[in-house]
Amino acid sequence: MSKNWTVLAVPVISVLLGLVAGAIIMLVSGNNPVAGYTALWNGAFGDSFYTGETLRQMTPYVFAGLAVAFAFRTGLFNIGVEGQLLVGWLVSVWVGLAFELPTIIHLPLAILAGAAAGAFWGFIPGFLKARLHVHEVIVTIMMNYTALHVTNYFIRDVISDGSDATDPVKETASLQSEFLQSITDFSSLHNGIYLAIIAAAIMWFMLEKTTLGYELRAVGYNQHASEYAGMSVNRNIILSMVISGAFAGVGGAMQGLGTFGNMFINSGFSGIGFDGIAVALLGGNTAIGVVLAALLFGALKVGSLNMPIESGVPNELVEIVIALIIFFVASSYMITWLLGRFKKKEAK
Amino acid sequence: MEVCDRVTVIRKGKGIGSVNVPDTNPNHLASLMVGRDVTFTTQKNEAVPAQNVLEVRDLSVNDSRGVQAVRGLNLDVRAGEIVGICGVDGNGQTELIESITGLRKATGGTISLNGKNISGFKPRKVTESGVGHIPQDRHKHGLVLDYPIGTNMVLQTYYQKPFSKAGIMNYKEVYKKASTLIKEFDVRTPSETTLARALSGGNQQKAIIGREVDRDPDLLIAAQPTRGLDVGAIEFIHRRLIEQRDNGKAVLLLSFELDEIMNVSDRIAVIYEGQIVAVVNPKETTEQELGLLMAGSTKGAGDRV
Repeated sequence: MSKNWTVLAVPVISVLLGLVAGAIIMLVSGNNPVAGYTALWNGAFGDSFYTGETLRQMTPYVFAGLAVAFAFRTGLFNIGVEGQLLVGWLVSVWVGLAFELPTIIHLPLAILAGAAAGAFWGFIPGFLKARLHVHEVIVTIMMNYTALHVTNYFIRDVISDGSDATDPVKETASLQSEFLQSITDFSSLHNGIYLAIIAAAIMWFMLEKTTLGYELRAVGYNQHASEYAGMSVNRNIILSMVISGAFAGVGGAMQGLGTFGNMFINSGFSGIGFDGIAVALLGGNTAIGVVLAALLFGALKVGSLNMPIESGVPNELVEIVIALIIFFVASSYMITWLLGRFKKKEAK
Repeated sequence: MEVCDRVTVIRKGKGIGSVNVPDTNPNHLASLMVGRDVTFTTQKNEAVPAQNVLEVRDLSVNDSRGVQAVRGLNLDVRAGEIVGICGVDGNGQTELIESITGLRKATGGTISLNGKNISGFKPRKVTESGVGHIPQDRHKHGLVLDYPIGTNMVLQTYYQKPFSKAGIMNYKEVYKKASTLIKEFDVRTPSETTLARALSGGNQQKAIIGREVDRDPDLLIAAQPTRGLDVGAIEFIHRRLIEQRDNGKAVLLLSFELDEIMNVSDRIAVIYEGQIVAVVNPKETTEQELGLLMAGSTKGAGDRV
């Protein structure tokens, strides 16, 4: 019981400490922290439009966070979520453009194509790790760059005719929802948010309730014991990266079929894949934790845009707050230690 | 006992008593430590061996560096007997066991179980063929330390009914099984959901033995099953190995403790440089003779039995 409590306490305290530190920075730099945070809150949840934007921003974060968390729970560090997301984005848009199909086939097909592309991008580092013991961190980092430039090439020279962006995907492959737009005052919220929640449930179920999850986690904890128990360590490593990559790929499809409706040349990384690492870390690598952390990140990112307008606080401050939250989570040792001290004193 | 003048025995956080070393003996000390009489010379009936369960013929295995560690080894283990493997560490014992259990590929020779060739089988198929394996290193191979002790109890059987069905785990059944094993094998743990890491070495080992024995394997391989354990746990484990034997199962025991080999085994196979150089009867041999055989000397020792 008390252990569960600590699991929850670390991220919550980290977020609070991050916000307090942000307030101090605002004070020192001559801004009003109350006005700043009010503007942040209004920008994130102030009315239905902003809430819609926050949920829309949260969607790819959920997928990126799930991808990182899934790999992490099975003993792998997938830094390549960014790249897997980009290829998933590209391929889903491509499928969304290339076919003439009814929605009921076209939309799932486009999403699955994104998943498959991300899975393939995850398969390569998984395969190299299983077969040749190449560390997955190195390969996934390199494959992020490969993905960036390969997708840019495809956008410019294959899918479009030397243009900077693809055409919008066909309506039959779009995640846009008139209903969601109408209840959120025409924000860019789309159906992807449902998929994000479903994906979190799938990850939880897969890890906690299936024999596959039992194996994957066993391999993550102890490869020798897993081999002794008759599990195929190599197969599980590859499978873990493939599933992780598929989550990231669907995250890309959310951008391509929902948020933007197309893909354009990226001069740099979107950052969502890297933020996914932070989301997973803050969420304790659990499905429900990732959803909550993604909501927080979405709110901070979207809300920060309102800060300079309403209170004159530069929106970069939120970046500092996010960095500090991550810092405090990473130093969770310190928090658990402090909690332990606190309890001891109470006992006395 | 060699260094001290007086010994104080502590059990469950209380001083049980102090004795002068000249007035005591290991049996007496052990009974003070455990709280009841402990026998070092294990009580057992005469073995009634039957047909061969394990037959190893001309087995060759390389170690991790690619150097030949087992060179043309022959070994039989019959149903209803305990064969102890005795030798200086590094003479191919580990590689022998790893190749029988499928963890390491043999470069030559055959391994058969109940007359069926199992050489080259993957660990899962070896397990399914009827082999139980108490591994040398319980932390490295025996347990997933970050799993609850309960889920560790189905490490080889999680994919079978009733623990799972169509790929979906049934943790209720898993924990039900675990709690019967925990009771039966006297694993002291606060609950089935306690992490395996939190248990003492003896209780971890009892859990592994429970898991392996419960599958009722035709061949039970026990590699250093009592390493680093207290006298109570050692006695318990020896009793379990003998029980398996009395149920007509074959037991292969690897140990570096000569006492253990001498007390528990029905036959002792001495391994030296990757070969079984002699098979002796523990009742007719002495530690001196074993020592000589382990060092490679065959002079005046080791009639095959």
